[in-house]
Amino acid sequence: MGRTLAEKVWDQHLVRKGAENGAGQEPDLLYIDLHLVHEVTSPQAFDGLRLAGRPVRRPDLTLATEDHNVPTLDVLAPIADPVSRTQVETLRRNCEEFGVRLYPMNHAEQGIVHVVGPQLGLTQPGTTVVCGDSHTSTHGAFGAMAFGIGTSEVEHVLATQTLPLKPFKTMAINVHSADGRLRPGVTSKDVVLAIIAQIGTGGGQGYVLEYRGNVIDNLSMEARMTICNMSIEAGARAGMIAPDETTFAYLKGRDHAPKGAQWDEAVEAWRELRTDADAVFDAEVDIDADALTPFVTWGTNPGQGLPLGETVPDPAAIVDENERVAAEKALSYMGLEAGQPLRSIKVDTVFVGSCTNGRIEDLRAAAEILDGKQIADGVRMLVVPGSMRVRFQAEEEGLDKVFTAAGAEWRSAGCSMCLGMNPDQLAPGERSASTSNRNFEGRQGKGGRTHLVSPLVAAATAVRGTLSSPEDLV
Amino acid sequence: MEKFSTHTGIGVPLRRSNVDTDQIIPAVYLKRVTRTGFEDGLFSAWRNDESFILNQEPFSRGSVLVAGPDFGTGSSREHAVWALMDYGFRVVISARFADIFRGNSAKAGLVAAQVEQPDVELLWKLLENEPGTEVTVDLQEKTVQAKDLTVPFEIDDYIRWRLLEGLDDIGLTLRHEDAIDAFERSRPAHKPVTTA
Ligand code: SF4
Repeated sequence: MGRTLAEKVWDQHLVRKGAENGAGQEPDLLYIDLHLVHEVTSPQAFDGLRLAGRPVRRPDLTLATEDHNVPTLDVLAPIADPVSRTQVETLRRNCEEFGVRLYPMNHAEQGIVHVVGPQLGLTQPGTTVVCGDSHTSTHGAFGAMAFGIGTSEVEHVLATQTLPLKPFKTMAINVHSADGRLRPGVTSKDVVLAIIAQIGTGGGQGYVLEYRGNVIDNLSMEARMTICNMSIEAGARAGMIAPDETTFAYLKGRDHAPKGAQWDEAVEAWRELRTDADAVFDAEVDIDADALTPFVTWGTNPGQGLPLGETVPDPAAIVDENERVAAEKALSYMGLEAGQPLRSIKVDTVFVGSCTNGRIEDLRAAAEILDGKQIADGVRMLVVPGSMRVRFQAEEEGLDKVFTAAGAEWRSAGCSMCLGMNPDQLAPGERSASTSNRNFEGRQGKGGRTHLVSPLVAAATAVRGTLSSPEDLV
Repeated sequence: MEKFSTHTGIGVPLRRSNVDTDQIIPAVYLKRVTRTGFEDGLFSAWRNDESFILNQEPFSRGSVLVAGPDFGTGSSREHAVWALMDYGFRVVISARFADIFRGNSAKAGLVAAQVEQPDVELLWKLLENEPGTEVTVDLQEKTVQAKDLTVPFEIDDYIRWRLLEGLDDIGLTLRHEDAIDAFERSRPAHKPVTTA
């Protein structure tokens, strides 16, 4: 029987098959090709190595960057927050001590781990990629098997370059439209929000998702990354997309992509990384992309989303008790009334950035909407590039000028308001339209209220001051 | 890691589903660089509310948390497990755990016991009616017992064995170092390195 993409990548990394040891099935031992490290989830891992007297087995397969709590203003001054500073300094010391390459703040290659890996060409088809961050699933857009791990697993990979893992189940998410395109104003962010709303925040649990279908085939690498990025919000361990010509074209010539004869060899191997025609998924889901319109969340988990044209749902109409209670709590936290049109929701802040939508195409999309317009009175808008490279590229294209002319703030690279570990936070009760990936209570600052949106919706919302799509601007 | 066989302690009913890791410990606490001392961050937003269960005696001394389904969703932060353990919890009971949380628990020695939702409801009722009721979790027998109520729980066999033996992950893997060496020799030359 044929194998799925995920199974192929798994098999290629099998160091040792888990045995039946009498106490149950051991996990398989998998080799890890690329380990990305950042300042938040690594200090205790390095601490563990130090305590046990263990070295980093493969510094050459490890890369660190500072992203989660770096400031995006005054980046040349020392970090004001003492705890943030300690984490960053600890990472620097650890990388130095253990010989790991680090891209620190203000380095031209610094940025959010999940933006840095792909743009350097380190994320390649058929690789296994891990990072102590759940949005590692982003890298699956290249046909890599990429997943977030906890700090003890970080320590485990540092020490052994392997991970003990139990096989996942596989789920196909088929995204189709008549002509293979998305409707105007609809982006891959809307696609993934719709997927999560359909299968639920636990719907992908235990699965590696494979996104396929004619819509996926036509997406750019950046749009694919946005989708894979949010796989975790459906509860999945990872999300993958089979590599194709779009993938190879994106990788070719990047710093760490194979060169010369090795490139040809690599591409030949990568072409095999497709789900066989006779392979069987454990589950399949179909998404009709022709029916998709811009999507926004109204609640406090990414599954609580609806098309922008709808109204805030009435919890009383929800049959499942847990979901009903969750919806009631969400509405009260979000300060929303059932039946209120989503388009009537007024926001205070608009955030464009994060590993979900902080890449150059996202900034271009937002800038195109904002060009020649002003953001609404009383709204603040933060545009935070996902990496320094994205920042430089945007400045070369003059996007920064478009943003600042419209009244938005143009910042330096990092995670920023995606999780509010740096000074970029929402105040209690403050409401945002955010291109990030999580609308959990307090995610962007204690008491802050988050609506997840695409870069297009973010920009249109900034102009009108209420949740809007570009079509509302004409 | 300490061996775990049985544990008895005060049960804490947490009637909430979808308790995500941002709720268990908000991101601001992740800035620390130590392995311990995260108890003050546990459920910190909710603990501002006086009526929150952990602000009430005797629940504040609890060590067995009985929560709604989909516990530990969201970010992969292992601090969620540390915060629970630093606070004094040894066991979390739920009808469904997020995968990463379950994995993280096993590594740190926290028992994530999967109990059917109707049984969770029974435990909730019992613990609410008689605050301070002790709950005994037997990992060998895979049972949760409180007063006259005994219910089974599910846990991955391998994780159970590891917890019973108190075995650390890295040590287990390094028993297969030969296999890792051999695998490395066979890796294709076109695989990327970060240093080149
Ligand atoms: S941008 Fe947000 S989701 Fe992405 S790595 Fe940073 S904190 Fe995590």
